[in-house]
Amino acid sequence: MQRSPATAPTIARLIEAFHRLPGIGPKSAQRLAYHVLRAPRAEAEALAEALLEVKDSTRLCGGCQNITDADPCAICLDPQRSASSICVVEEPLDVAAIERSGVYRGQYHVLHGAISPMDGIGPEDLKVRELLARLGDASVDEVILAMNPNLEGEATAGYLSRVIGAMGVRITRIAHGLPVGADVEYADERTLRAAMTHRVEVEQRDGGG
Amino acid sequence: MPRQRPIRTEAIVLRQRPLGDADRICVLFSPTRGRLEAVAKGVRRPLSKLSGHVQPLTCGRFGLAQGRSLHVITEAVTVESWPSLHDDVDRLTEALAMAELVDRSTDLDAASGPLYQLLRHSLGELAGTASPRAARWWFTLRFLDQQGYRPELDACVRCRAEVKPEGNGYSAADGGVVCPTCQGAGVGLRLSSPAFRLLRYMRRSSCDATAQVRVDADTSAELDRHLRLSMEQALDGQLRSGGFLKSLERAEAIGRSAASAAAEREREEQDRAVV
Repeated sequence: MQRSPATAPTIARLIEAFHRLPGIGPKSAQRLAYHVLRAPRAEAEALAEALLEVKDSTRLCGGCQNITDADPCAICLDPQRSASSICVVEEPLDVAAIERSGVYRGQYHVLHGAISPMDGIGPEDLKVRELLARLGDASVDEVILAMNPNLEGEATAGYLSRVIGAMGVRITRIAHGLPVGADVEYADERTLRAAMTHRVEVEQRDGGG
Repeated sequence: MPRQRPIRTEAIVLRQRPLGDADRICVLFSPTRGRLEAVAKGVRRPLSKLSGHVQPLTCGRFGLAQGRSLHVITEAVTVESWPSLHDDVDRLTEALAMAELVDRSTDLDAASGPLYQLLRHSLGELAGTASPRAARWWFTLRFLDQQGYRPELDACVRCRAEVKPEGNGYSAADGGVVCPTCQGAGVGLRLSSPAFRLLRYMRRSSCDATAQVRVDADTSAELDRHLRLSMEQALDGQLRSGGFLKSLERAEAIGRSAASAAAEREREEQDRAVV
């Protein structure tokens, strides 16, 4: 980013720091920097402290590999959750998304990425070894593969199915099909095929006659 | 400034990479325009209408608005999506190797009709074949032909002597088969008779016929090695997707060894408990 002589070097440094964040363009970076500049000192200090604290006090959970500030994390420690199933996800944000749905009460494992053969990202770059160690030690009946339904997710799920399959553990993959609110007419062939293949029985109401 | 006309073209999506929060940059391969880079806006959102049509290894008809540095995909309709390539990790891996070869060997905005036809035909064959690896060999041999690296299989690349199936070698650097005399002098790697015969058979046969040939593990590994070296010669570098192919080959062994290590630990714990 080019520095303007009209901008003080300290502000330019802050703008550059914001600009390095994902999804922040040069204009947004400027707005954020000037917002911090105009904000009360306490607000700026709280932001700076939060940034440092997140770097200092977070680590990976020794079990699920999710980002946590206590090892083991709250999910791994929760006795109410089933230890017999592990839901494998690509990123920590995927755990948060599945937790929001409230439908799953088992354990997780975060891979921290997905296999991307064309970018040279292989299984050794992910937390696969840690997953295999967990499967070997714990009494896990089911591994749920919750990868994204894209090429990287398919490569990752295919690889994991092969490795875990050889360990004799049951493997399932989350269904994919039409998202809520979508139009059938605009759906592509693969999505429709998946939706038709994984269709579910409609519950019949008892007529009571 | 005159407004540029939109581009309408059939293309195969070779790869994607994320852009911002919701977009992706798609690398398209078109018969008339070669490699094109275009932004697919909003395709990372669940309700995107474009998303399914711009997945890698999908053939579609695309409408592109010409941008300053990148085109923008304005419409997309799937022509062929080859579902079995995505459902089966072996096919997926071979398809990615084909796509990477094309991606790395073609230029932006340079027409390449024959290569496009070869890729489309090969992906279709790969989707239906019983032998994904044979489909990749078949594709690679024709890819090398088209790129001007056609391996010589009839005469020794060093002394031009006519070659017979036995005792030969293969030198990717020299561009094909070397006779037993030249191989004896240290040129190239050993080329077994079954591998030599299969290379010649592949050249004159269809992909389907090639997939029918029963190939033992040694010959298969040998062909993989020779064709990989020829490919690297043509690309002047290594294929990144080749690493995943090797990982996949080791996957079952890794799983079995993890399971037996766990069983061993469990036995030890039981023994300790008894003591």
